[in-house]
Amino acid sequence: MAESPFKADIERVGKEYSEKMTPGAIATIPGSSVINKTGSWRVFMPEFNRDKCVRCYLCYIYCPEPAIYLDEENFPVFDYDYCKGCGICANECPTDAIIMVRESK
Amino acid sequence: MEIPESVKKRLTLPAEEHFYAGHTACQGCGASLGLRYVLKAYGKKTIVTIPACCSTIIAGAWPYSTLDANLFHTAFETTGAVISGIEAALKALGYKVKGEDGVMVVGWAGDGGTADIGLQALSGFLERGHDAVYIMYDNEAYMNTGIQRSGSTPYGAWTTNTPGGKKHFLEKRHKKKVIDIVIAHEIPYAATASDAYPEDFIRKLKKAQNTPGPSFIQLFAPCPTGWRSPTDKSIEIARLAVQTAYFPLFEYENGKYKINMPSTKKEPKPIEEFLKYQGRFKYMTKEDIQILQEWVNHEWERLQKLAEVFG
Repeated sequence: MAESPFKADIERVGKEYSEKMTPGAIATIPGSSVINKTGSWRVFMPEFNRDKCVRCYLCYIYCPEPAIYLDEENFPVFDYDYCKGCGICANECPTDAIIMVRESK
Repeated sequence: MEIPESVKKRLTLPAEEHFYAGHTACQGCGASLGLRYVLKAYGKKTIVTIPACCSTIIAGAWPYSTLDANLFHTAFETTGAVISGIEAALKALGYKVKGEDGVMVVGWAGDGGTADIGLQALSGFLERGHDAVYIMYDNEAYMNTGIQRSGSTPYGAWTTNTPGGKKHFLEKRHKKKVIDIVIAHEIPYAATASDAYPEDFIRKLKKAQNTPGPSFIQLFAPCPTGWRSPTDKSIEIARLAVQTAYFPLFEYENGKYKINMPSTKKEPKPIEEFLKYQGRFKYMTKEDIQILQEWVNHEWERLQKLAEVFG
């Protein structure tokens, strides 16, 4: 299972970010929004069935976050730290390998 | 981030990701998806200008930033003026702008900041001939301030300015054709694109990169919050908008029109297919739907005739 691509960025932002105001209010760290874990927003979560997946990549292409990335065997991996549960991946999947289920916390 | 080689070979889009998660867009936002595709096409060597719109907050509240590229926040009406200035400054400093390895200057504005208040600056930018790309993402209302109508709102839509009710006060004016205004400036490249056809959108972005002079792309970006549609149907609505010829995809290059989608050989789907998932159209009567269908037919026929004569 591949590691989340955002993990290294979260560590980098934690190290580099400081509370000091910069001249002109310039934000100096690109991609620093990763420390905001929007996974807490969701009500429904995508449940992935690896046997039905045909690796068409439509879920990866259409995710607005993006919260889906591809591992070494080309299967999608869902990043539940950031998935907002919009359901676009489940709606676009041609083989119904993704189903939205109510999350129990 | 590490992208396996086998993945890169099979993907139809560029594999690099320069748009990070953790942004505060709504669930199913079409604008954030569009910005993700723009950065996939252009990479890190980009200067993006964002006026006051939904994308202002999607691109990150201070001090965080969602983009892995340079970003310049600017006032509501000034996108066209600011990208002109950035492009002129880069050239004065000796940088290469547009082309294969050049810096890309992109203006990413909403329909409010382009069709209404931003029209003067856009016209100046197109007329002076700067080497930059202006992308208007069209969610058909002023969504950031709470769904007010814009010039780009279609006939019969509910907005907070046109709330329906007992007097049936819905939007009574048709959608403003910004793409026709832009084509009247006779620029080298203009196109329309949709979130549901990302390979086509990225191809048009790359073409705009390799065409010197000003370029304009109008992107159809669904908004589940403002359109009152289910969050998982955003891409399906964008696809239906193209298939019903409500938002046809075409290109204007050096005086010639070329229609990409929908196919001219068969009838487009009826407009009810596009309206069915959106709550903002539920107050329309049968006469309203008929008026909208006639407008769609008229515009689609006009576009086909233009493609025949100037094809």
